[in-house]
Amino acid sequence: MAHDHHPTGISRWLFTTNHKDIGSMYLWFSFIMFLIGGLMALLIRAELFMPGLQFFEPNFFNSLTTLHGLIMVFGAVMPAFVGLANWLIPMQIGAPDMALPRMNNFSFWILPFAFSLLLLSLVPQLFPDGPPNFGWTFYAPLSTKYGPASTDFFIFGVHLMGISSIMGAINVIVTVFNMRAPGMTLMKMPMFVWTWVITAFLLIMVMPVLAGAVTMMLTDRHFGTSFFDAAGGGDPVMFQHIFWFFGHPEVYIMILPAFGIASHIIPTFSRKPLFGYASMVYATASIAFLSFVVWAHHMFTVGMPVAGELYFMIATMIIAVPTGVKIFNWVATMWKGSITFETPMLFALAFVVLFTLGGVSGVMLAMTPVDKQYHDTYFVVAHFHYVLFPGAIFGTIAAVYYWLPKWTGNMYNETLGKIHFWFSIIAVNITFFPMHFSGLAGMQRRVPDYNMMFEGFNQLSSIGAFMLGFGQLLFLYIVINCVKGGKGKATDQVWEGAEGLEFTHLPSPAPYHSFEQAPEVK
Amino acid sequence: MSLLRKVMSGFVLFVSLFIGSLCAAEPEYSTLNLRPGVTENSQRVFDLHMEVVWIMLAVAGLVFAAILFAVIRFRKSNHPTPAKFSHSTTLEIIWTVIPILILAYLAKPAIGLLLDMEDTTKADMSVKVTGKQWYWEYEYLDSSVKFASRLSTPVEVYDNRNNEPVEKGENYLLEVDNELVLPVGKKIRFLLTSSDVIHSWWMPDFAVKMDAIPGFVNETWTRIDKPGVYRGVCAELCGALHGFMPIVVRALPQAEYDQWVETKLAEKAEAERLAAEAAAKNWSMEDLMAKGKEVYDAKCAMCHQKGGEGLGAFPALKGSKIAIESDKIDEHINIIVLGKNMMPKFGEELTDAEIAAVVTYERNAWGNDTKDVVQPARVTELKAGN
Repeated sequence: MAHDHHPTGISRWLFTTNHKDIGSMYLWFSFIMFLIGGLMALLIRAELFMPGLQFFEPNFFNSLTTLHGLIMVFGAVMPAFVGLANWLIPMQIGAPDMALPRMNNFSFWILPFAFSLLLLSLVPQLFPDGPPNFGWTFYAPLSTKYGPASTDFFIFGVHLMGISSIMGAINVIVTVFNMRAPGMTLMKMPMFVWTWVITAFLLIMVMPVLAGAVTMMLTDRHFGTSFFDAAGGGDPVMFQHIFWFFGHPEVYIMILPAFGIASHIIPTFSRKPLFGYASMVYATASIAFLSFVVWAHHMFTVGMPVAGELYFMIATMIIAVPTGVKIFNWVATMWKGSITFETPMLFALAFVVLFTLGGVSGVMLAMTPVDKQYHDTYFVVAHFHYVLFPGAIFGTIAAVYYWLPKWTGNMYNETLGKIHFWFSIIAVNITFFPMHFSGLAGMQRRVPDYNMMFEGFNQLSSIGAFMLGFGQLLFLYIVINCVKGGKGKATDQVWEGAEGLEFTHLPSPAPYHSFEQAPEVK
Repeated sequence: MSLLRKVMSGFVLFVSLFIGSLCAAEPEYSTLNLRPGVTENSQRVFDLHMEVVWIMLAVAGLVFAAILFAVIRFRKSNHPTPAKFSHSTTLEIIWTVIPILILAYLAKPAIGLLLDMEDTTKADMSVKVTGKQWYWEYEYLDSSVKFASRLSTPVEVYDNRNNEPVEKGENYLLEVDNELVLPVGKKIRFLLTSSDVIHSWWMPDFAVKMDAIPGFVNETWTRIDKPGVYRGVCAELCGALHGFMPIVVRALPQAEYDQWVETKLAEKAEAERLAAEAAAKNWSMEDLMAKGKEVYDAKCAMCHQKGGEGLGAFPALKGSKIAIESDKIDEHINIIVLGKNMMPKFGEELTDAEIAAVVTYERNAWGNDTKDVVQPARVTELKAGN
């Protein structure tokens, strides 16, 4: 390849417009954020190891839960998916790069500034009253009238993250609709591309809503408006409606690309085509559509009219149908296949199993009368960590194992990969399963201390969390080891059953510029 | 105790709790599951919860069984040649329709129960519940009884950062100074609001959880079947001490409840008489200091700390300008009466004499030796001016 010269050193990374470089930067950024957010989770679990305040004052504990949530959602999961999109979408649709490469560079480089704004709030010399402490959902008026000074940095940080996400989403949509190889009709697109296009539409529709919410917060705090203050004619509950109109699609933004990843890995290692491709596409689109009309199921205790509660309950329960279709389709894909269990497959299987658990607790939470008991307890914490950790994060880890040989040209160490898998799946269940019980028994969320009746389950969660956290350092080692040569060269197809342009039409490692000439898709 | 022993005892506790809760015929508080509670609705919620738990476990179990079967039967070593099929319209219709039927089956009882839970009409009595940072205030609208209900676990028991862990009682963090006393068998309507941020009044034994929202009034209700003491918590993140504002309800038979109301009303009349007397008299420095320390430790130390050194966002009073500069006495009194930023107003809750005492105490304790003596009359005067 004569054209793959590029600047070296720091300027390569600062000025790059190459989708592979930008994808790598997104992935490394997200991993660093994952470690920072994970460190906060470990501090939280250390404090919760036993009853009584051991390490932190309650206000700082609240800051830890807040920053943990914000960093994991906006810093770890979302950039990881954008990184995968950058690496994979051009190769999977036979395009030479993303459609808007300079914007691509810009949308990445916004992120370090956004998170610096957020993390600066930890410097006590700048913010004596501490970092944001109102939960990642930042309900008014706790975040407006009662928010610490650092709330304004948080607001601008969220604005920057939003701009970055919107630009990333525009880039995906433009790329997919304009740069597909000849012959690749929409209904021939790989599932990862489909799920990402749908995710991109969700992002474009809801990130501006989030931007609106934080802007209203800003004007309430400093410019005399009263959007969320009853004393001036506003309504704190309106904040929740606006937030969750963003927030519910947001939770699907964090899972749909993982659905796409599983739909690649399971067929490959079952050596059998994906079952029900068309229904997978329609199910993903239905889930995305439904995500816009169910937001108030996060708010069953705010005192909505009963008609509203009934509507949001039923609409939410319906989401189980397309989600079920996806799970059944993955099982049917394995049925009568010829399955092997390399590390990506193990993580994808764990994804299906544990996401199903998070899904069934989701149906329970959808039912308004019982949700009045579950709401704001550790049962909810268990539910969303089951869909986020074994869902979004295992999905991302599976993707990295699956495509890493294509990216680097080297095979990772399979034995270490399997150890990483078994360690993680045991730890993730020790961490999050007991939270179902402590929540049902009456432990509320976001508290630094609790009655002794919850001690056993909390100790178990804390032990699991430390295992889970430190276990991910092994993942870091495996990836670095693979980049440096790993266990030898990967073949061009990498996996025996792998399909898709990146495996069938490109060598391993994929060249710096791939598909300068579009492939022909049958 | 070494960390290892703590870990071990955690495991032992977990196993024994698990076995214990399976064996116990009727555990008072399950550590594994929801409480059936003591109202008709809480029992119905519990039954619906158990029904949905079993159905969901069955669904998940079927999926897991299918995956397990596929993983064993169709592994490459057992099944070297993969089939080629990639869709089946019949199957896809079946697994779309069956979940819809299951959901419809679950939704039906949920709708009926929800309509009953939200029907707050025809109440026998009403209690206004006000969430405050970080305690609850209860006002009986039928009998004008009104009081604040605060955590009664002392700070040195829960804050173990600088001292050896103190033995924690059975109701650690779930105990209050003034319980909400309610009669059994009556339909009680709760009117919830807040004077600062959003709180959420959760009583698991009644299956009642309702947000208390500043500027709005929410309604919910309960009818308690069994006398007893029931414990709940604030469920919505409301700031630093969110985990430290529990709810305790004591349910009494009607006759005992009526008696309690009478006692409360008599106490209130007596307290008003004493307060008027105290406000009128001229206090000595010693009396003010003694009374002031008592009030301070009960109401102020939670945030400002016993030694007046403050905590995070809560300012120190020791050496604070307002507490030592002689021209700031009125400002000092007004902050307590009217509140400031996160600090609630204490003007209604404390008597004029108590406010005078606590101001005197804060101006003379911990080395703030101003020698200022504040009399209740000054507080009364300032309040009249506000």
